[in-house]
Amino acid sequence: MIYEDVSLDIPRGKITAVMGPSGTGKTTLLKLIAAQLYPDSGHIFVDGQDIHSLSRSDLYKVREKIGMLFQSGALFSDMSVFENVAFPLQEHTKFDASKIERIVLEKLHSVGLRGAAKLLPSELSGGMARRVALARAIALDPELVMFDEPFTGQDPISKGVLVELIRQLNDGSGITSIVVSHDVEESLSIADHVCILSGGHVIAQGAPSDIRASDDAQVKQFLNGEPDGPVPFHYPESVVDEQRSQR
Amino acid sequence: MMNSLISLGAGFLDWLEAVGRAGIFIVQSLVRLPVRLGESINLLIRQLYSVGVLSLVIIIVSGTFIGMVLSLQGYSILAKFGSSGSVGQLLALSLLRELGPVVTALLFAGRAGSSLTAEIGLMKATEQLSSYEMMGVDPLRRVIAPRFIAGVISLPLLSFVFSAAGIIGGMLVSVGWLGVSDGSFWSLMQQSVNFDTDVINGLIKAVVFAVVVTWIAVYQGYECVPTSEGIGKATTRTVVLGSLAILALDFILTAAMFGDF
Repeated sequence: MIYEDVSLDIPRGKITAVMGPSGTGKTTLLKLIAAQLYPDSGHIFVDGQDIHSLSRSDLYKVREKIGMLFQSGALFSDMSVFENVAFPLQEHTKFDASKIERIVLEKLHSVGLRGAAKLLPSELSGGMARRVALARAIALDPELVMFDEPFTGQDPISKGVLVELIRQLNDGSGITSIVVSHDVEESLSIADHVCILSGGHVIAQGAPSDIRASDDAQVKQFLNGEPDGPVPFHYPESVVDEQRSQR
Repeated sequence: MMNSLISLGAGFLDWLEAVGRAGIFIVQSLVRLPVRLGESINLLIRQLYSVGVLSLVIIIVSGTFIGMVLSLQGYSILAKFGSSGSVGQLLALSLLRELGPVVTALLFAGRAGSSLTAEIGLMKATEQLSSYEMMGVDPLRRVIAPRFIAGVISLPLLSFVFSAAGIIGGMLVSVGWLGVSDGSFWSLMQQSVNFDTDVINGLIKAVVFAVVVTWIAVYQGYECVPTSEGIGKATTRTVVLGSLAILALDFILTAAMFGDF
């Protein structure tokens, strides 16, 4: 059991940051929204449709409107940067080659990597790979983009670039964004709406300023990075015993 | 006693479930038709190259050596009966019926099967498979189907290449070195090899092995635990399960084809 009684709204056209300690199942939440995983109970509505009740072909149609930036970038290793970004266009549109080329170069230009179009994913740095993945995620001009830990493992410059890109994307084309992260400062700086998860529950929800002003001990511990608090420093042995006995 | 019975039953049920899952998996990847034919052919050609063409070196070298060894062994026995000319017959029959399909399939499991498993496993670990799903592209159709079909096409062809290399290797040793007359080498071979019982039966074996080995390889890759340890174990399982399946099936097929019931 990862979540219990979780209810949250993702406002359209805004950036929602979902934060929480590692292991709270933030990535699982994204996979549930994209229906890569199915919940034991409960419903998730994407654009008004219960995504888990759709047929396979309907689900694939909805996914065309969803872009996802994976934690690792997940670029296809046997294709060049250009081919990676062109792939969703070739699969889902009937555009001719010159139009696809124009769109791909435009998307690469927007992440500052037009010059890297001919490189292979293995020749890119981590930050560049994530930017290419971002260009690929927005190739079809999706309505919803989900970012899985976009800042993890990035140097300060790359982080700054990504923050700027996510912000621009939202301002420019009115995309709904979900940013899953545990980088407090970056997330609070770009989000319009913040949601903090811990222990399978939503412990705080609201505008970044409300979250910063929160009195909740768990929220404070998380935001300030205090080693001990409601989440104890010592991992309790009783949890392990409990898990073993359940098996 | 009771407990071991229970675990035996549970193990059997797990195995049945895995076989069922693997069956559904391969049927699904083949049934879902490609959206764009030209692109699918492109993908298939790329896989035929990496699975088939790149396996040619190991197949030709092994085939040549096995043919050479067969000639040496066969000659020393046949010469005792004064029928050293039949070495060509011995070579062709043992290669076409048995060694061609079996040894090629074993080498294929080690060379191509393991690399298929590792490649697909790594795609899973780096979220490339999820990425296809998220883009509304079925990874079974895009990743699994071309690799499976390429394996099923390549292995039978490689098996004939193996047999041909073996016969040439054997000829070099027996005719060129041991002094068997090339006339009797070729004519006895031609007389004794029957197209239906030998060539076609060998082909059937190779096709069966191809389906089983490639199926195991792509399934193990797709179902592996996406960690470095998981990929390592899946690769090992591909080679071990693949080799065992080949040898067991070879016995069954040989009994059905050549056994006198």
